[in-house]
Amino acid sequence: MKRHLNTLFVTTEGSYLAKDGAAVQVRFEKKTLLRVPLHNLDSVVCFGRVGFSSQLAAACAEAGVSISLMSPHGRFRAAVVGFSPGNVLLRRQQYRAADDPELTARIARNCISGKIANSRSVLLRAARDAKDEDRSSRLKLAAKQLAPILRRVAKADDADTVRGYEGESASKYFASFGDLTSVDGFQMKGRSRRPPLDPINALLSFLYAMLAHDARSACEACGLDAAVGFLHRDRPGRPGCALDLMEEFRPVLADRLAFSLINRKQVSCKGFEVTSSGAVRMDDKTRKTVLTAYQTRKQDTIEHPFLGEKTTMGLLVHLQARLLARHLRGDLDEYPAFIWK
Amino acid sequence: MTYHDDELLPISALQHYLFCPRQCALIHLEQVWAENQLTMEGLLLHERADSPTHETRPQHDGVRIRVERALPIRSLELGLIGKADIVEFHHPRDSSDSPRIIPVEYKRGKPKANDCDRVQLCAQALCLEEMCSTGVTEGALFYGTRRRRTEVVFDDDLRRRTMQTIDALRTMIEGRVTPPAVRTKACEKCSLIDLCLPDATGGDRSVARFMSRQLNAHLQDETTDE
Ligand code: SF4
Repeated sequence: MKRHLNTLFVTTEGSYLAKDGAAVQVRFEKKTLLRVPLHNLDSVVCFGRVGFSSQLAAACAEAGVSISLMSPHGRFRAAVVGFSPGNVLLRRQQYRAADDPELTARIARNCISGKIANSRSVLLRAARDAKDEDRSSRLKLAAKQLAPILRRVAKADDADTVRGYEGESASKYFASFGDLTSVDGFQMKGRSRRPPLDPINALLSFLYAMLAHDARSACEACGLDAAVGFLHRDRPGRPGCALDLMEEFRPVLADRLAFSLINRKQVSCKGFEVTSSGAVRMDDKTRKTVLTAYQTRKQDTIEHPFLGEKTTMGLLVHLQARLLARHLRGDLDEYPAFIWK
Repeated sequence: MTYHDDELLPISALQHYLFCPRQCALIHLEQVWAENQLTMEGLLLHERADSPTHETRPQHDGVRIRVERALPIRSLELGLIGKADIVEFHHPRDSSDSPRIIPVEYKRGKPKANDCDRVQLCAQALCLEEMCSTGVTEGALFYGTRRRRTEVVFDDDLRRRTMQTIDALRTMIEGRVTPPAVRTKACEKCSLIDLCLPDATGGDRSVARFMSRQLNAHLQDETTDE
C-alpha cells in the first residue's frame, strides 16, 4: 500500500462541503475556502457543525473516502463509509478468536507488550533530552520500573492478567508525566478523561480520539470488525478492536507529540479554557495546531520492524490492522505488535 | 451432479488460481481487492468488448457470422459462470446445420508462459457447449501487444487441464482455506502483494520468536542506558 493517507480536517463550524467534479469543496459563508481532489484523500473528518451534500457523500463512498462526524472535541459520532462486502471469513475468525481465551490472551499480551515497550522508549528518550539531571534520572527510574512488568506481560497467558499489568504499568507511566515537561501551567494531576481536568489531559484526550479514528478506519479498510476486540471486551458503542490496535501507538504518536508541542511552546496554557465545571477545553487555534502537528507527524518515515519495509507513521496502524487480519486468518502464528525503537 | 445458481464460481477465478492459488483465495474467498496498473489496463482494454452488442457480417462464401460481445455464459455441470468477451457464431449456408462457435478473448500484453489464458478460454468453450448443446472445437486469443489472433484448439489435453483446475479451485473455495504465501517471481506482478505480505507471512517466520527478540533487544537498551 503505497497510497498516501491524507485526512482533510474541517474544523470551522458552519462550513459546508460540496462535490465539485472529483473534488471536495469547502465553503464558508458562500465563499470557497478550499478544493481537494478526492483521489488525494483517505478520509474527511468534520468537527462540530459542518454540513455536506448527499452528492459528496456518494462520491466519497465510491472513491473509498470516509467522512467522519466528530464532536467539536473529537468524540466520534457517525461516519459515512461506502459499501464494502467485508470479509465474512475474517470476521468469523475474529469472533471465534475473541471467544477463545487462549487466542485472545495472546493478542492482548502482544498489544500490551508493544504498548509498555513503547512507553518505556518515550520515557527513555525524554530522559536523554532532559537538561535537568534530577528529571532525567526520575524518568530513567520510571522506565526501569516498567521493565519487570513488561517481562511478566510477555509471558501472561490470560487476558485478565494482561489487563492487570496494563493498569499497573499505565499508572506508573502516567505518574511520570510530570517529568515529561517543565513548562509552567502544564502540570498534570493524574489522568482524567471524562472530562479532562487539565490542559495535558485535554490534549491527550484529543490526540487519542484522532488515533482511535485512524485505527477504526484501518479496521474497516481491511475487513475487521472494529467493534470486536481482544484486550477491550465488547461494550456497545465501543470500537474494541480499534482500541486494541491503538494501544501500541498511544505513547509514540499521541503522548510524545503532546509533550513536544508543549516543550516547543507550540501550544500554550492560554489556548485552553477552564469551564465552570472544571472541565478543560482547547480553543480553535490550539486544536488546529494540534491537528496540523498530528498530520505532519504521520508523514514521518520509519522502517517497519516486522515487515522490514519503509513506511510512514500514518500507515503503521493500517499495516498493523493487516497483520492482525493475517494472524486471524492463520498466516501468522501470533500478532506482531509494533515496537518502536 | 449439477450446481445450484449461487454455487457458481467465476471463470476468471481459474486464471487467478493458475497465477497463484493464494491470490485466488484472497480475491474470491476473502474478497480483498486492490487495483493496480495491470488490472486497470486490463479494464480499459476490456471496455470495448464489455458492452453487450451483437452484429451480423455476411461473408462471400455464404457463411453468416454473428458476433456477440460480452456474452453471459455459465455451466451448471461445472459450476462456472462468466462473460465471454466475444463469441462468433459461424452459420453455414445450410441453416439446418448448427453454427460453428468460436470464443475470442482479449488479453493485455503478450502470451503468457503458463496456459492460464488457454484454460480460461477452454472453460468458456465448455460453458458454450453446455448452453448451446453442441461441440466447440476451437477459439482464439487476441493479445494487446501482438494485435493478432492466436488460435487455440480445445483438444483432450487442454480439456483435462481445465477440468483439473476447476476441481482444484472448487476444493479450495469450498474448504474456505487461504493457502499460505509462497514467494515467487509472480509476486512482483501481483496486485495483492501489499495485502498478502508474502515476505512476512510466507516461509516459517515465527512471530513468537520475533516478539521475544524485539522485547529482549528493547530491554537490553535499558541496561546499556545506565
Ligand atoms: S503476493 Fe505472491 S503469494 Fe501473495 S497472492 Fe500475490 S502472487 Fe500469491
